[in-house]
Amino acid sequence: MGNRSTDNVAVLAAHDISKEVSSPEGTLTILADVSFNITTGESVAVVGPSGAGKSTLLALLAGLDLPTRGYVELNRTNLSELDEDGRARVRAASVGFVFQSFHLVPSLNALENIMLPLELAGSEGARRAALDIVDKVGLSDRWRHYPAQLSGGEKQRVAIARAFATEPAVLFADEPTGNLDSRTGNNIMNLMFELNRSSSTTLVLVTHDISLAERCDRVLSLDTGRLVSDSKVST
Amino acid sequence: MKAISFALRSFGRELRSGEVLVLLAAVALAVGALTAVGFLTDRIGKAVARQANEVLAADLRLRSQEPIPEIWNAKAAAYKLRTAETNTFPSVVFSGDLSALATIKAVSETYPLRGNVRVADTLFGEQRVVSGIPPRGEIWADGALLARVDADVGDRLTVGELNLLVTAVLTYRPDQSIGFASLAPSLLMNIGDIPDSGLINVGSRVGYALLVAGDDKDVDAFNEAIQDDLPESLRATNREESSDRANNAADRAQRFLSLTAVISLLLSAVAIAMSARRFAHRRMDTVALMKSLGATQRFVIAVAVLQLLLLGLGGVVVGSVIGYAAEEVLSWLLSDLIASDLPGVGPMPVVLACGSALVLLVGFALPSLIQLRNTPPLRVLRHDAMPPAPSRVLVAGLSLAAVAALLYRAVGDAKMLVILLGGIVIIAAALYVVGRGLVATMGRFRSGVGVAWRYGLANVARRGRDSAVQVVAFGLGLTVLLLLTIVRTDLLEGWRQTLDENAPNHFMINIQPHEIDSVAEIYRVAGIDVPEFVPLVRARMSTINGESVKEREYPTPDGQWMANREANLSFASTLSSSNEIVAGQWWPANYEGPPLVSVEEEAATDTGLVIGDRMTFVIAGQELEVTVASIRKVNWDSFQPNFFMVFSPGALDGMPTTYISSLRIEREQQPVLVQLVRAHPSISVIDLDSILQQVRGIIEKASLAVQAVFVFTLAAGIAVLFAAVQSTIDERRFESAMLRALGARKRTVFAGVMAEFAALGVAAGVLAAAGASILAAIVAVQLFELPYEFNPLLWAVGVAAGVTIVCASGFVAARGAINAPPVEVLRAA
Repeated sequence: MGNRSTDNVAVLAAHDISKEVSSPEGTLTILADVSFNITTGESVAVVGPSGAGKSTLLALLAGLDLPTRGYVELNRTNLSELDEDGRARVRAASVGFVFQSFHLVPSLNALENIMLPLELAGSEGARRAALDIVDKVGLSDRWRHYPAQLSGGEKQRVAIARAFATEPAVLFADEPTGNLDSRTGNNIMNLMFELNRSSSTTLVLVTHDISLAERCDRVLSLDTGRLVSDSKVST
Repeated sequence: MKAISFALRSFGRELRSGEVLVLLAAVALAVGALTAVGFLTDRIGKAVARQANEVLAADLRLRSQEPIPEIWNAKAAAYKLRTAETNTFPSVVFSGDLSALATIKAVSETYPLRGNVRVADTLFGEQRVVSGIPPRGEIWADGALLARVDADVGDRLTVGELNLLVTAVLTYRPDQSIGFASLAPSLLMNIGDIPDSGLINVGSRVGYALLVAGDDKDVDAFNEAIQDDLPESLRATNREESSDRANNAADRAQRFLSLTAVISLLLSAVAIAMSARRFAHRRMDTVALMKSLGATQRFVIAVAVLQLLLLGLGGVVVGSVIGYAAEEVLSWLLSDLIASDLPGVGPMPVVLACGSALVLLVGFALPSLIQLRNTPPLRVLRHDAMPPAPSRVLVAGLSLAAVAALLYRAVGDAKMLVILLGGIVIIAAALYVVGRGLVATMGRFRSGVGVAWRYGLANVARRGRDSAVQVVAFGLGLTVLLLLTIVRTDLLEGWRQTLDENAPNHFMINIQPHEIDSVAEIYRVAGIDVPEFVPLVRARMSTINGESVKEREYPTPDGQWMANREANLSFASTLSSSNEIVAGQWWPANYEGPPLVSVEEEAATDTGLVIGDRMTFVIAGQELEVTVASIRKVNWDSFQPNFFMVFSPGALDGMPTTYISSLRIEREQQPVLVQLVRAHPSISVIDLDSILQQVRGIIEKASLAVQAVFVFTLAAGIAVLFAAVQSTIDERRFESAMLRALGARKRTVFAGVMAEFAALGVAAGVLAAAGASILAAIVAVQLFELPYEFNPLLWAVGVAAGVTIVCASGFVAARGAINAPPVEVLRAA
């Protein structure tokens, strides 16, 4: 699934993006003139203190929100030129998400949650594909359970399975271990990096956790809405 | 397709979670109320339609108060039409010492020309259709009549001067009246027996009819041909005309019932709007997630609409079952008033209820769904990202349009609709303001109470808007129930108290002038005060100020009816004690001038008559012109013989006159009546006590039925309460968990929540008691002209019922929130 390019061009590009919101105190700049390219297969961590604009950047990159100025290219498509449904289609085709608070649909069981993006993208054999990935995330005997019956770690495994099910070009992860204890968090991250490597998906990871960030190829540091550093991690 | 499978898949689990049950219940209640009333009005409609087809037992009926000349029979025969003759009149029949008033129907061999007579061989036996009529010497009598005189098939009844053998129980005749038939059960006899019976004398109150039937075109041709030479005394009625009044009555009943259903519907709509808001709110996270995963707006809205439709469908199914069950109960309650052997109800009420449910969902749930559609996908990252609120114009417009659509179906008249809508908006606004006021008052008591009450009252005040809506919704249901139980009893009792203990309880009608002395003698011997005999002359109004009464325009339909019907006239030299002149002057006792008339106040208003107007009456073929000299107010409750038109002395001299009289006869004196009627078989004695008792019975049953419809209103009020509690359930769970984390005992938290509901219940009870009192005062003073007495019981019962029902419902709705383990709740938050 996904029309991932294999050459070394940018799968994701931010062109001078800014985000401003109006508030009672006047216009508030959350993100200011941020530019960078992310190439296919890269794993990039976005770090910074609370309020630095990490989540806003993630939202703009994934087309969940639009920048006030500048534009984002995802798979060479300018997201600002699309309407909400257009961006949804781009996400269905090329984007996966893992969230801090899992965001599973409570009325669907684990397998149905994993099938959801496959079905939304209109793929045939969603169930088969979902069952395959259930094995990979180690939930072979839990897939009939509903979110309320799963532990935090299990929920995040379902979320990861859901994110990788469509073999997206880019996987966005927003503090994926934020709601988990350190051991479970560690296991989850191992799983995520492993899947990332085996499927050569591009990974954009928002985190507070420096040690987690250092497992990525590259770290983007934000502070008060500005990109303050963009460094390769030496492995 | 994707949307359908997704909607179906997650729907089952939604149902099990119980969250959507309030929405389902609200739809079910609306549908239930509508189908119950729909089924019932359908049944009433069918009863009327059947009656309309058969009510004449013919296609055309010529009717007169005098024997119909043979020439008309011949004319009908010339048009190849079949004919039958009937005489209908009230008379008392006897079996041994027992007697009862009966409607005697004497018929000729060919009766009925349309419809069938049905009889049974024993009382309450199985009925069968018969052809033909009782042979001479035999009668078929209504079961109620046989019961009253303790007779059975095979016994003989004395009818006039004849002893006739009862050979069957009469269960149905096509031209029996729709309701109130039991007031004077009927007896079918052969018209050949009439001459020997001595029942019909000059001036007797007899309805003579010539029934006519045949091919439609022959009947129409005949009807057209006779119109011009039809004398004043003869009236031709065809099927359509005959059903008009019945249709009007049925129409009014249907409108009234539909309107009561509309109140339940409006409350259900409030519950639907509240729970749809919650339905949408709960789905926002899922919608944001699905959008982030690539779902389009169309997909998310399709899923939400589908699920809502599924809920609506569930509500329709449950509601139809409830409605059908309720209808069964209602028709059982009303079985005396509506013919019971009606064809079953059609599927139409269910179809209409489905349509109404859909309109309600569109009007009250759609705005929330539209808002849901605009949920920003950003919400997956920032939980405070909300869709823009739906425009107020859209919300108000849709809901008003939905209400208008449903009301229009109930009232079927654009002008009435506008008035009603305006009324609803004003009343709703006023009630809301009162509700807010009550809620604010409740908040004042906070400082003087314990912790549980303070917590409860604080909650009532904090959720001011929702609290007010709950108080109003619930109070409304309670108001009506109070009105129909306590107030109704009060009013009936009040009316009974205004009646004079010594008021007459029997009417005698059809007294011939030569019988007066003999009747007076019977009473004198029995030691009963001889009553006054009041003259009665039957006439027909023909012109008012030279204009034909048929063509004249009247202020009210009642006026038109009054001017065109057979009129009962009287004359008097002195004004009756139960009358009072309100305009003009009563004539001197020795007046000998040109004929004058005094008109009853309401009759004058309805027909538009004023002092100085000239009217012409046709009395036994002679024309008589009179001038309106005065307008009178009549106290009908006096049970004295009273008339709409009273003429000056001498004006009606020489006209065929009978006398009527009213008097009080105690139970132990009643044998004198048997003696009287035996001596004077053509005199009819009407027992007012038993009629009043039956009227009271009918009122009781009818109000019980209306009450049953209003149970839906109360249930809808409870649904609003549930919806309101549910929309705050997350907040409540969190608060209760936090209070308990802070060391409050479960009991304290529980007491706090109960205090909140108790406060709401008190407010709703106060509102209901106040509403019921005001309405009762209006009804008493305006409708019944009775002084209204304050009833403290109303307030006690209102508040007690409010507190009990709100607390019980609130407990069921909120107990989950109180019992949730604090750890889980706080962790989830």
